[in-house]
Amino acid sequence: MAYDKFTVLKSTAVPMPIENVDTDQIIPARFLKATERKGFGDNLFRDWRYNADGSPKNDFVLNNPIYSGKILVGGKNFGSGSSREHAAWAIYDYGFRCVVSSFFADIFKNNALNIGILPVQVSPEFLHKIFTAIESDPKAALVVDLPAQTITISATGESETFDINSYKKHNMTNGYDDIDYLQAMKEDIKTFAAKSMY
Amino acid sequence: MSQIPATLFDKVWDSHAVRKIEDGPDVLFIDRHFIHEVTSPVAFLGLENRGLSVMFPEKTFATADHNTPTINQHLPVQDPLSANQLKALESNTAKYGISHWGLGNPRNGIVHVVGPENGITLPGMTIVCGDSHTSTHGAFGAIAFGIGTSEVEMVLSSQCIMQQKPKKMRITVTGTTGKGITPKDVTLYIISQLTAAGATGYFVEYAGEVFEQMSMEGRMTVCNMSIEMGARGGIIAPDETTFAYIKGREKAPQGAAWDNALAYWKTLKTEEGATFDKEYTFNAADIEPMITYGTNPGMGMGITQRIPVAQEAGGSAASYEKSLQYMGFQEQEPMLGKKVDYVFIGSCTNGRIEDFRAFASVVKGRKKADGVTAWIVPGSHIVEQQIREEGILDILTAAGFELRQPGCSACLAMNDDKVPAGKYAVSTSNRNFEGRQGPGSRTMLASPLVAAAAAVTGVVTDPRELI
Ligand code: SF4
Repeated sequence: MAYDKFTVLKSTAVPMPIENVDTDQIIPARFLKATERKGFGDNLFRDWRYNADGSPKNDFVLNNPIYSGKILVGGKNFGSGSSREHAAWAIYDYGFRCVVSSFFADIFKNNALNIGILPVQVSPEFLHKIFTAIESDPKAALVVDLPAQTITISATGESETFDINSYKKHNMTNGYDDIDYLQAMKEDIKTFAAKSMY
Repeated sequence: MSQIPATLFDKVWDSHAVRKIEDGPDVLFIDRHFIHEVTSPVAFLGLENRGLSVMFPEKTFATADHNTPTINQHLPVQDPLSANQLKALESNTAKYGISHWGLGNPRNGIVHVVGPENGITLPGMTIVCGDSHTSTHGAFGAIAFGIGTSEVEMVLSSQCIMQQKPKKMRITVTGTTGKGITPKDVTLYIISQLTAAGATGYFVEYAGEVFEQMSMEGRMTVCNMSIEMGARGGIIAPDETTFAYIKGREKAPQGAAWDNALAYWKTLKTEEGATFDKEYTFNAADIEPMITYGTNPGMGMGITQRIPVAQEAGGSAASYEKSLQYMGFQEQEPMLGKKVDYVFIGSCTNGRIEDFRAFASVVKGRKKADGVTAWIVPGSHIVEQQIREEGILDILTAAGFELRQPGCSACLAMNDDKVPAGKYAVSTSNRNFEGRQGPGSRTMLASPLVAAAAAVTGVVTDPRELI
């Protein structure tokens, strides 16, 4: 088992209505020098979050105490850019378990799923509703129900379904990962490899 | 029985699917796995924690490139964290018997440069690496894409990866490009038309005369940038240009094995009548030398144009404004004449011999502009040697430039090659994200010709005026 199981998550959310949030913003390259997966949350959104002298930038949402929670809500094309899984680690390590957006970059989506963060893709209209709900009440909760594949704005009861394939859903609800799966099919892989021309 | 005509992508993908999971990903066998010092240490740690080993160490190749210095590589690496990662790569590869071209090795260089130039990358392969620009290798008719560290661990332990099969897109560019138009301009043009997310969920095949006439170096530049419009990868059918490039390279097949491989490679093309989920066609005559003005690679324009207004650019006006504000630019301004502080030529996008030939063709007989700092960084030691042998170094030296040692360098600024906050860089690399080349740096992506024109004039200049 590689990470905590994910079933139903009810939490307040942190709004970040910016498009094309790329992995260099999520975790700048100079923080990729670790040889262990530890402490990345401290540098999550480093250059948006802190001034060069290390003091917090007050206008950045993570520094605004009225917003908190385990769900990060981002603008369109979230996670574009590099393949660095460190971006997903930083989000996880900071305490988020779910990222909501109207569009995700592919590699980021895979990385998130592989480490136990649920990427929830909603329609642009529903994303707008979520931002409006949080804006009018920062304590507004969202309910992400993975077994039912729904996301709901608690205050209004408005809800939308989201896609996830049944293999990944099974993995997330049980805390399994692909490595567990692949280890169980090694004989098939060996047979396949024996026929490879490379 | 009549067969449905297959695309090149389908042929390679389907022949590597060990298993297809219903309503789930395919289990894909991986022929070549490249690793480097930054995204592999945690994967090796994961193996150890689970008590797993490396299944086929001979299919994995390691090189040190991301955080390596570009001067004094014979000295110990100063930054302790970088040194630690390099040491981890060395000990992990030694432990599992994986080939390792570390600092100082004559084959060392950027992973996506050394793979092809040593014949490790071949048509019809599946290739992955913990770096998104793995798409570069698609230039050979391979399926190549970037992966995260968990996936690196998967490939090490099982030589497989679990992936949903992407949708298929074909981008055709017809006609011939004009004077001063390089493969980098072709790709920046395509990305500006599709936007930075326009190909997300797709694997792109490039087709048409422009790519058929392109050198392997140029094809690599184009496939490299596929990820910048969100695509998983790009692929170009192998042809005589491909085979001539591969033949005789160190790890390429030889003798009877070559003949067998060649016969197979010649079948690797999209059949007449095969369908794609999406198709785009562009005309080469519409392409100008390109330059980016914003903070994602989709924000590019012809060098003689004006910066678009928010409505023309699409997307949210607030994000667009934030981007221009970061760059210190205004809507409707021309880019020509903008001051340039730094010029970087290098990276896996434009760090090959052709790129330095192009750069040298402009600076020859001219002088580096005062006030410009130029980083000239070959993609590998082999490229560095070619630069010396072809006399390019003499041209550079006469013009007041210095050649550095190979590595990723200012492409992601993990070493000391960082553009200071607020300064402007014309860069031949692949990303102009905020802070990509150092905190606060402002990047304008362009071709080696545009970079050279900026380096000798100190401002954004149309290279066609200098050639
Ligand atoms: S040159 Fe840049 S994009 Fe290429 S491998 Fe290095 S860091 Fe990645």
